[in-house]
Amino acid sequence: MEDTTRRDFLGLSAAGTGALGVSALGFDVAPAKAVKQDLRIEGATVSHSVCPYCAVGCSLLAYTKKKHGRTELLQIEGDPDSPVNEGTLCPKGATSLQLAISRRRVPSPLYRAPGATDWKRVSWEFTLTKLARNIKASRDRTLVTKDADGNTVNRCEGIAFAGGAAFSSEEGYLATKLMRGLGLVHLEQQARV
Amino acid sequence: MTNHWRDIRHADLILVNGANPAEAHPVGFRWLMRAKLDRGAKIIHADPRFTRTSAVADTHLRIRTGTDVAYFGGLINYVLENDLYHKEYVEFATNAGLVIKDNYQFQDGMFNGFDEATGAYDPTAWTYETDDEGNAEVDIDHPRSVLNLMREHYSRYTPEMVERITGIPQGQFLEVAKLVGETGRPEKVMTIVYAVGLTHHTTGVQLIRSGAVLQLLLGNMGRPGGGMNAERGHANIQGNTDHAISWDILPGYLRIPAPGQRNLDDYVKQSASKKLRPNAVNFFGENYRKFMVSLLKSWYGDAATKDNEFAFDRLPKPAANASWISIFDQALQGRMEGLILSGMTATSIGPDSNQVLEALSRLKWLCVMDPFRTTSSEFWNAPGMNPAKVQTEVFMLPATHWIEKDGSFTNSGRWVQWKDQVLPPEGEARHDHWILAELFLRVRELYEAQGGRYPDPVRELTMPYKDPRKPQLDEIAREINGSSLRTGKRLETFAALADDGTTAAGDWIYTGHYPESGNLAKRREGVQDPEKNDPTGMGFYPNWAWSWPANRRVLYNRASADPQGRPWDPKRPGISWDAAARAWVGDVPDYPPDAAPGADAPLPFIMTGEGLGRLFSNGVADGPFPEHYEPIESPVRNPLHPEVSATPAAFLYDKKAGRPNRFGTSADYPYVATSYRLTEHEHYVTQNVEHLVQLQPEAFVEVPTELAREKGIETGDRVRVSSKRGKLEVRAVVTRRLGPLQVDGKKIYQIGIPIHWGFVGINTGQHWLANALTPFVGDASSRTPEFKAFLVDIEKM
Repeated sequence: MEDTTRRDFLGLSAAGTGALGVSALGFDVAPAKAVKQDLRIEGATVSHSVCPYCAVGCSLLAYTKKKHGRTELLQIEGDPDSPVNEGTLCPKGATSLQLAISRRRVPSPLYRAPGATDWKRVSWEFTLTKLARNIKASRDRTLVTKDADGNTVNRCEGIAFAGGAAFSSEEGYLATKLMRGLGLVHLEQQARV
Repeated sequence: MTNHWRDIRHADLILVNGANPAEAHPVGFRWLMRAKLDRGAKIIHADPRFTRTSAVADTHLRIRTGTDVAYFGGLINYVLENDLYHKEYVEFATNAGLVIKDNYQFQDGMFNGFDEATGAYDPTAWTYETDDEGNAEVDIDHPRSVLNLMREHYSRYTPEMVERITGIPQGQFLEVAKLVGETGRPEKVMTIVYAVGLTHHTTGVQLIRSGAVLQLLLGNMGRPGGGMNAERGHANIQGNTDHAISWDILPGYLRIPAPGQRNLDDYVKQSASKKLRPNAVNFFGENYRKFMVSLLKSWYGDAATKDNEFAFDRLPKPAANASWISIFDQALQGRMEGLILSGMTATSIGPDSNQVLEALSRLKWLCVMDPFRTTSSEFWNAPGMNPAKVQTEVFMLPATHWIEKDGSFTNSGRWVQWKDQVLPPEGEARHDHWILAELFLRVRELYEAQGGRYPDPVRELTMPYKDPRKPQLDEIAREINGSSLRTGKRLETFAALADDGTTAAGDWIYTGHYPESGNLAKRREGVQDPEKNDPTGMGFYPNWAWSWPANRRVLYNRASADPQGRPWDPKRPGISWDAAARAWVGDVPDYPPDAAPGADAPLPFIMTGEGLGRLFSNGVADGPFPEHYEPIESPVRNPLHPEVSATPAAFLYDKKAGRPNRFGTSADYPYVATSYRLTEHEHYVTQNVEHLVQLQPEAFVEVPTELAREKGIETGDRVRVSSKRGKLEVRAVVTRRLGPLQVDGKKIYQIGIPIHWGFVGINTGQHWLANALTPFVGDASSRTPEFKAFLVDIEKM
């Protein structure tokens, strides 16, 4: 059994070897459990992910199937190969599927005009056009090219960017690059707070 | 972390301060338990609360929140007084023997170099005696050697004083001190594990430094099973700190340029560490310019030339601190027009949520990018707000989740782990980086069409992606790694970076993670085959993912071996010198790989100008030795120096801006409060996850049994907890987990406040924000808010 991975093991016990798992009740529940799991994830694509919550960095296995042109996420579990979590997860990681698939997602861009008492559903084009204009206007109004001492400082004082504790690193890097490109000095993320 | 999660299992003694890993990092906690179960390690948990971490610890020390400098200072004093420090290590690897200039002074709570007008120290006033060539003088027996100044400084931290400040009984403290002192022996090793319970204080940086100083004295830094290990709270805080979404740095911990620096020479001169000993490597300092020029080549490409100082002018130079609290301070002063919040909700995070709500109302526009609505996207409709009066224009952009995009997360142990895109974006959701790229390009188009102020950096910034509006994270990972601009090939090591414009690299500490052979963060050779994948048996797993820098698993690991290159403990080697092969073997050495041990060998800490670990440091804003100061709101005067009770170097935003005082006193708010997190929630996003809301459905506060009795409060009662800034009305959990403390002759109660609830989420009845209570003030160096120690009152409703 030394070279048997956990996934192989599920298959083996499903085939009736029942090598482990005799319960206090006196019968072997492993095959029954394994059959149930096999049916759900049989033939599924296995992808590698990392838990989105704390920074222990537990590796995840995510099982998906394509159904009617849609990718369906069936299960998320700990990756047994990881030297960090060795297959285990905490309550948050174990329920991360409910974060991944949720009816609570914001369905489209929303806009609240100054003084308005409710959101208005708007298009991406509407928000991106308006935001780009806002950014340029605020930058033009609050850019300091030379300070009182005559130093070249080229900083935009009136826009701040914060974010990204669940950004991929590469997204975070691009955010830094673009925001510094606009001249921002107020740049922050979750490290302090 | 200087080390990494799995490495904690090598420790003999584990000090846990300002952390509750059993509940906040449960899977990481397995490695503390492995140390305990497999090798009989002892766990000492110093915490205001008795938590699940305390339940399996060998000792729980009930400590008053924010007083860990006194605890560590007491341990430093014990170790020095009883001659238990690791002498050979200390002389070999620390600045103990360096001599400090005679202007150094510490009196009545004040170090030298304080400017009353600015309320800040000048850290350059804390410096070494040097010879004509700029080399620091070494004489460990000198009255002003770092070691002797340290002895004097910490001689005040007697067990009696530790008890007076922290509330830890002397007898219990001395039992722990004895265990800690034993780890000064080479065959023993101790680790310190901490989290935001140390950082969230006006003395946060010094709380951590006091632990690091203790670790250096005991010879535990750089060794497997040792180090200072920060458990970070969000999936990729580490990666996004490395890549500098942070006001004061550029990627790879290069400093943001300052006003007055006209060119790269000025910048490097003022930013890079200087070589202070003849055989110091000073690796960072010596290569600073190469890393900066390579970054500028990444960002400005052909527009960055030798003639224009590689576009140095394009980088913004901040006038003052521009960190988290400063953003809202500027908004309150009417100086901030727009704020983009991506995956961060200012309203819940605080500090002083009511003041943050006011700040958001003063903005012209706010853009929230998030998969879910947040307390910031909905701030204008928060309980008590009148939307009609809020003139802020608000945008809510639906963003994708971690699982809908690929890219890497860097964990607390600096392991860069790549993840797949598992699902396509849900509905109309877009990736944050696509939104930002699109916005940037639209702004660029506006500048091209209309002109505007100083458009050069906006027009010239490189967007070298197949589709610049939709950059692939793989493309960006390659940019971060960097390449030779002569050959076009990606580089294998940051040692290849140049300062003549022939190389580009977005973040030098990640150079080598994506060489021509492929993306090493995708490597998966883990515990499925330990014999093959962990050749040293030390748990480094060098072919699982990739660890910055250079795939090194334990930082400062030259100090894991003695001056001759033999591991201090042969059973737990980090690296060792193989004389036959003339190379260091084991982990990737934090040292020149073929530098033989000997009298002229490079000094062990290659990143500092001294080549040594710093017991005394001028890299901090509030003193070269950590000193205990009371939180800004405290029920007692500082027993060490009552006239300088809190740190004089904290920046008091409201006072400086001329706003009314928002700090309370113990006359009105007699109880100490501390905030914390629960296993089932992560900050605020989990208010959208049904199972987790079912497990922890409702806001509450923990109240010590004795105090509850005095106040007639029983578990389940509704209570009002108020500070000078705001209030919560939630249920009480009466518990012995929080007991009274005797502090300087006074009985002190501490109240516990979990932070997770707000007015947005599945359970909409839970609209109180814990951070309505917390003070609008931060650490002197880092400006990290004082979330973990403040004053409140409590009453039964």
